[in-house]
Amino acid sequence: MTTRDDTAAATVADTGGADRSSRLHHRFEAIWGTPPGIARLSAVNHTSIGIRFIVTGFVFFVLGGLLSMLMRVQLALPENDVLDEGIYRQFFTMHGTTMMFLFAVPILEGFAVYLIPKMIGTRDLVFPRLSAFGYWCYLFGGIFLYSSFFFGSAPDGGWFMYVPLTDAQFSPGPNTDFWLIGVTFAEVSAVAAAIELIVAILKTRAPGMSLDRMPLFAWYILITSFMIIFAFPALILGSILLEIERAFGFVFFDAGRGGHPLLWQHLFWIFGHPEVYIIFLPAAGMLSMIIPTFARRPIAGYTWIVLSVIAIGFLSFGLWVHHMFTVGIPQLALSFFAAASMAIAIPTGIQIFAWIATLWNGRPVVTIPLLFVLGVFFIFVLGGLTGVMLALVPFNWQVHDTHFVVAHLHYVLIGGMVFPLFAGLYYWLPLFSGRRYSESLGRAPFWLMFIGFNVTFLPMHLTGLLGMPRRVHTYAEGLGWDWLNLVSTIGSFLLAAGIALVLLDVILHFLFGKRAHRNPWNAGTLEWAIEAPVPTYNFISIPRVQGRDPLWSQAELVNKMNRGELFLGNPDSDQRELLGTNTVTGEPESVIRISKSTWIPLLTALPLALFFFGLLARVYVLTAIGGALVVVAALVWLWTTGHRQAPDIVDAGCGVSLPIQYASPQAPGWWAVCFTIMADAVLYSSLLFAYFFLWTVSDAWPPADHSPGSLAFPLIGIVVLLASSAVVVWAARCGREGASVRFRYGQLVALVLGFAFLVLQTLMLLDFDMRPQQHAYASLVYTIVGFHLVHIVIAMLMAGFVFFRSWFGYITVSRQLETRVSSIFWHYSVFQWLLGFGVIYLFPAML
Amino acid sequence: MCTLPLLGGCSGIQSALDPKGVAARAIYEAWWVMFLGSLVILSLVMAMALYALLKNPDHRWRIGSSTLIIGGGVALPVITITALLTYGVQLGDRLTSPPGDALKIEVTGKQWWWEVRYPDKESVVTANEILIPAGRAVQVELTTEDVIHSFWVPNLAGKKDLIPGKVNKLLLQADEPGVFRGQCAEFCGSQHARMAFFVIAKTPEEFERWQMLQRQVSRLPVNPVLARGRDAFLSASCGECHTIRGTSARGTRGPDLTHVGSRRTIGAGMLETSADNIGIWIVDNQRIKFNDRIPAYPKLDRDTVREIATYLESLQ
Repeated sequence: MTTRDDTAAATVADTGGADRSSRLHHRFEAIWGTPPGIARLSAVNHTSIGIRFIVTGFVFFVLGGLLSMLMRVQLALPENDVLDEGIYRQFFTMHGTTMMFLFAVPILEGFAVYLIPKMIGTRDLVFPRLSAFGYWCYLFGGIFLYSSFFFGSAPDGGWFMYVPLTDAQFSPGPNTDFWLIGVTFAEVSAVAAAIELIVAILKTRAPGMSLDRMPLFAWYILITSFMIIFAFPALILGSILLEIERAFGFVFFDAGRGGHPLLWQHLFWIFGHPEVYIIFLPAAGMLSMIIPTFARRPIAGYTWIVLSVIAIGFLSFGLWVHHMFTVGIPQLALSFFAAASMAIAIPTGIQIFAWIATLWNGRPVVTIPLLFVLGVFFIFVLGGLTGVMLALVPFNWQVHDTHFVVAHLHYVLIGGMVFPLFAGLYYWLPLFSGRRYSESLGRAPFWLMFIGFNVTFLPMHLTGLLGMPRRVHTYAEGLGWDWLNLVSTIGSFLLAAGIALVLLDVILHFLFGKRAHRNPWNAGTLEWAIEAPVPTYNFISIPRVQGRDPLWSQAELVNKMNRGELFLGNPDSDQRELLGTNTVTGEPESVIRISKSTWIPLLTALPLALFFFGLLARVYVLTAIGGALVVVAALVWLWTTGHRQAPDIVDAGCGVSLPIQYASPQAPGWWAVCFTIMADAVLYSSLLFAYFFLWTVSDAWPPADHSPGSLAFPLIGIVVLLASSAVVVWAARCGREGASVRFRYGQLVALVLGFAFLVLQTLMLLDFDMRPQQHAYASLVYTIVGFHLVHIVIAMLMAGFVFFRSWFGYITVSRQLETRVSSIFWHYSVFQWLLGFGVIYLFPAML
Repeated sequence: MCTLPLLGGCSGIQSALDPKGVAARAIYEAWWVMFLGSLVILSLVMAMALYALLKNPDHRWRIGSSTLIIGGGVALPVITITALLTYGVQLGDRLTSPPGDALKIEVTGKQWWWEVRYPDKESVVTANEILIPAGRAVQVELTTEDVIHSFWVPNLAGKKDLIPGKVNKLLLQADEPGVFRGQCAEFCGSQHARMAFFVIAKTPEEFERWQMLQRQVSRLPVNPVLARGRDAFLSASCGECHTIRGTSARGTRGPDLTHVGSRRTIGAGMLETSADNIGIWIVDNQRIKFNDRIPAYPKLDRDTVREIATYLESLQ
């Protein structure tokens, strides 16, 4: 076993050390602190942003919960009329939407944003402005969705928004538009946070924290973030297509004109199933941190857990069809997806037994977080078992879309996400508040929640088996569902009371909780090396770690850290500095200087809200103005981000000098652009998937009366585009060799070629003999071309940007970051059209 | 308010736990196997968790972590899901292979009712009520005219969706004569909760007799009240949406009413068929089933309504 005496050691630190530590604290606080008053809104620090995500998430949790309470009241009695069917539809749609998009994902991201830098031993996330921007997008998206209630037009097509019920014919009101736009707005936030978290985890871990020493929570968040990158674009694309169909009469889902409603279901569930694991995994990550601490031993089966999380990441993309077992898909395909759905029980089982093994071979103390863990074991395992049942295709045919599924999904999501979240909330509270919760007060709310939950949802399995479908606003008397529904409603009040008491307990603890000192649980991971409540900069200096649980194995770590003796312990630069480290080994590679508090994220999110509002109101002038302002704000953002005047090499402490990020081949910006391209590629692939999917279900593709038209414009376009890529390659080489004038000429030529391409593509579309409103084929051609043109415009903006950066001397021989970022995006955009050209012009000709 | 009295004491009429058909019974057996298996696994996991949490660490049974993880996390699920999957795939194949003599019935979902056609014989069209011969396989062909619906009669079989641009098939077979309730299972808008129907299994002889009756055109009015009812029906333009074969009413938007009096319910399971209820429905359907496509006719005077209702009820 490890020793755990450094907390004690910290308290007997010599007074000289304490003075020095306090002096450093004040200086770092001056650099990292958030200005007071209204200017708090300009905060970008991960601690502030994380707390905002968490608090906002709980607010939405309460709102979504209230909706469900009213639904339970309506269903308490047969033929009840507390809510009419129109209101009921809005409530169940908004309940699901809120819990998935405005509570579960954002609050877990909030915890990740708050905890990850602390756990991996850094001071902030790598793109603080992006964190803040993500928060605003989330908040505005949520407000957007809820504002619909004031117009009496809340979304009412279900959280899954199946077409054709949600198309312009069957849902002519703005309800669906609120959903499509609000959710997309909030998803921007999720994708932004995911990219940022990946880069932070891969590039800013404490020295010595190789991948296999990473806290498990970081592994879970890493995998989850990749899943977000691969899953969310499918729904974003689906939402864009549906909005275009609704607003402009394009065709993607209308079976009468070459579209198909199942396309929506595929896109939705390609997102929707990974989404379930995106919600579960971070929560499971919390359990993997909490259990070892209270079992007082390291986690059992670290490698097993990491591998099983990776396995879930992959598997979760192979089972979306289990939401579609009743749509009429061939038996063979069903068997495949049934197998994949059941197989997920293996990696999940591994985690559960690793947790049990940790407790079994440890010396557990039953605290409130551990009580919640026990709740997870019962609820989540039961939900998992009914999940395996649902994967049995014939059984699924019987209970799909019934209350059995309602019970199952709440067992999985509340057991797999809410209970772990509450365990985590209690566990990490001392970091937030510097106080401890009361062990005696917290038990009653737990039991109330646990009993209330089971009284609500256990009978629902039976309700479903007895034939009650989902999403019904009422039901006839005498079908055997009456008493079951009444019991569920009573249970839901107990559950709600339990949740209210937990939240009350947490609020009260901020006022009356006992003072907590550093590391009250004797945990082993780095976030507990920080004094509670946490200071804005986290660490006075960045420690080198030598194991998975540094606080258990490195006695002097906290003292040295607080005396500023480790990395980046010198505040003289007056900059916010992070240590960039090697992806695999965690060895220091660079110093990253990040932005201080700024209004720019808010000023970028506001015009983005205008952009979306214009789409909703169908006043496209506002959309255009909003879009233009977003571009301006983004350019200002990029121009001023980080510390552009920093020297090439800076002192990192411990006698090490390292390159600044602009001069490092491993800059976070480079990694981020790669992951952004990855997310965008998924978006584009989803679009191509739509093309091929509709092709396979249509009689003739392209439609028989379509003639391909002249190949002249597209072929010249290809040549122009390839030439532009060559110019960009040449310019980048000139830049690396120091010929900055030629570099800038190169950018100008690229801009001219890009513009020529825009003109050629426009001519090509004018030459196209079908309007997009006529047939899905034409709609897809227009959309693929349009999608790509947006990329060319962005690539041109980037080329213009690096032109000026070079002009002002921020791009030099040694500082190539921005050139590399703009070049790779340019080439990616060119490649995108090569694919698009192939899909539109070559594939149909080949077959 | 408009609860069906005929449902009183009929609990189990829409239940997967009271199987009355081949498919439903096979699924019911699968359910019991899985339910008992799950009970065992859940108890095992909980017992282990409680033991690990509460038993004095010094007196615990010693089991290595790897043994626990491999035994519980790998071996246990691999064995159970392999068995379950093999079973499920075979069952799925069995439940979807129709025998050669299956009766074909076409069901079209509409917001918020069901149109039923018997294509083998000429001109049998009905609504919200499917008569089938007991003991014989029935292949239901499912299409939709508007949004997605899902056809589900839990006592007989699992469900299948009705999807625009697609024809889905579902196999039904009732063991014995009986009445089973079904309901739309895919959210389809405003009155999704009120899109019920009945499947009525008859002996083969009764079924034949019923089909004979249904093939006939509508009954002629046998007294002046019924005749006035028919005329009022036609002059109030009801025929723009409804068909009554044998009259000039040829509309296809609403249910075919040629033999509406022979059906158990009106309004897709909303009201028991009777002259009174038909009258209530004509006047007040928007209160009973808001947003339904049938307009309310509050302006018709009460006598006319009663005559129309009496006429319709007579169409056995």
